Amino acid sequence: MRPDPNLIAGIEGFEDAGVYRLRDDLAIILTLDFFTPVVDDPYLFGQIAAANALSDVYAMGGRPVTAMNIICFPPKKLPMEVLNRILQGGLDKMHEADVTLVGGHSVEDDEPKYGLSVTGVIHPGRVLRNRGCRVGDRLVLTKALGTGIVSTALKGEEADPALADRAVRAMITLNRKAAELMTQMPEIHACTDVTGFGLLGHACEMIEGSDAGLKIQASAVPYFDGVRELVESGYVPGGLYRNKDFRMPLIDVRPSCPEWLLEILFDPQTSGGLLVALPAGDAETLVKNMREAGIADAAVVGEVVAEPRGKILVV
Amino acid sequence: MSPSAVKEEERPMSAIRIDARGLSCPQPVVLTNRAIEAGATNLDVLVDNEVSKENVLRLAKRRRLWASLRQEGPDIVIEIAT
Repeated sequence: MRPDPNLIAGIEGFEDAGVYRLRDDLAIILTLDFFTPVVDDPYLFGQIAAANALSDVYAMGGRPVTAMNIICFPPKKLPMEVLNRILQGGLDKMHEADVTLVGGHSVEDDEPKYGLSVTGVIHPGRVLRNRGCRVGDRLVLTKALGTGIVSTALKGEEADPALADRAVRAMITLNRKAAELMTQMPEIHACTDVTGFGLLGHACEMIEGSDAGLKIQASAVPYFDGVRELVESGYVPGGLYRNKDFRMPLIDVRPSCPEWLLEILFDPQTSGGLLVALPAGDAETLVKNMREAGIADAAVVGEVVAEPRGKILVV
Repeated sequence: MSPSAVKEEERPMSAIRIDARGLSCPQPVVLTNRAIEAGATNLDVLVDNEVSKENVLRLAKRRRLWASLRQEGPDIVIEIAT
């Protein structure tokens, strides 16, 4: 890689988006995310894909400004109305986020895929990275877990409608409000969003190889009612097993956390919540502010500890 | 004696075979679950990957059914019985 003094966050590390300094008081945040449908309804899929792509900007502490559509579609296999509904879902989320659509690109493909390339802005001194949590910090999670498990059950047409609705509502919810409330706090030490690696996978990125460790209070982690039954009945996405296999060497699980709950902590999320590290005294205030603003699942789920260093204790 | 002359109750109980090879999750679980719901009491579920194997085993455990594994060439057979 060619060194560039203006590159604040690039491909090294596990950052949610790239950040590039334009002026001393202005940096742009760049991110791109697209995937295959996680629900049958094209309008909901468009909303989910857009909310998911926008989330990376919020996770860096920034404000998304413009976006471009990325769409793959089989026009000979599916009616064009499906394409229009996907794009409408995306556009409605962009409007909700006060983001302007400036263009895009489409490709003919056997399986539909949709997402956005998003550009955001931030002050270079206010970029929130995955790394930087300090011993004594609390961890706040802003959305309930279980979207990967519910999506798997939906594919088998085995998800309870109320549970499916709950998961879809979580996935179409922008992380905008959560990010605004977070950035109003006096001090934030680290932030990421919980996506494909699951809560514990992304938590590992916060502390792997660092001088700090995490203690996750499994019983405090929000998840959708009904996902335990799905996990125990075999509606487990392949990604969950891969996340677990990959990260278990960094995890120490105490008997107080049952196996099914540990697995929910590894469930790959689509458009998941923010995971924020901030001083203990501010964490309860942030959760209270979030709940008052309608972010009902926001909760303190753990803390940053000196030992085990570079590992996660799940109790 | 031709097979058709064998009375129903005299036939040895044979397992219903579900070929779930090449299917991605959750289809192996869905097919197994539907067979159980339809009254099957003796099933051989053929899968070709660890995720499918683990998920079908979970379903059997959840439904309190007896399950065991058998290797069949490159594939795995999960034998499920009530």
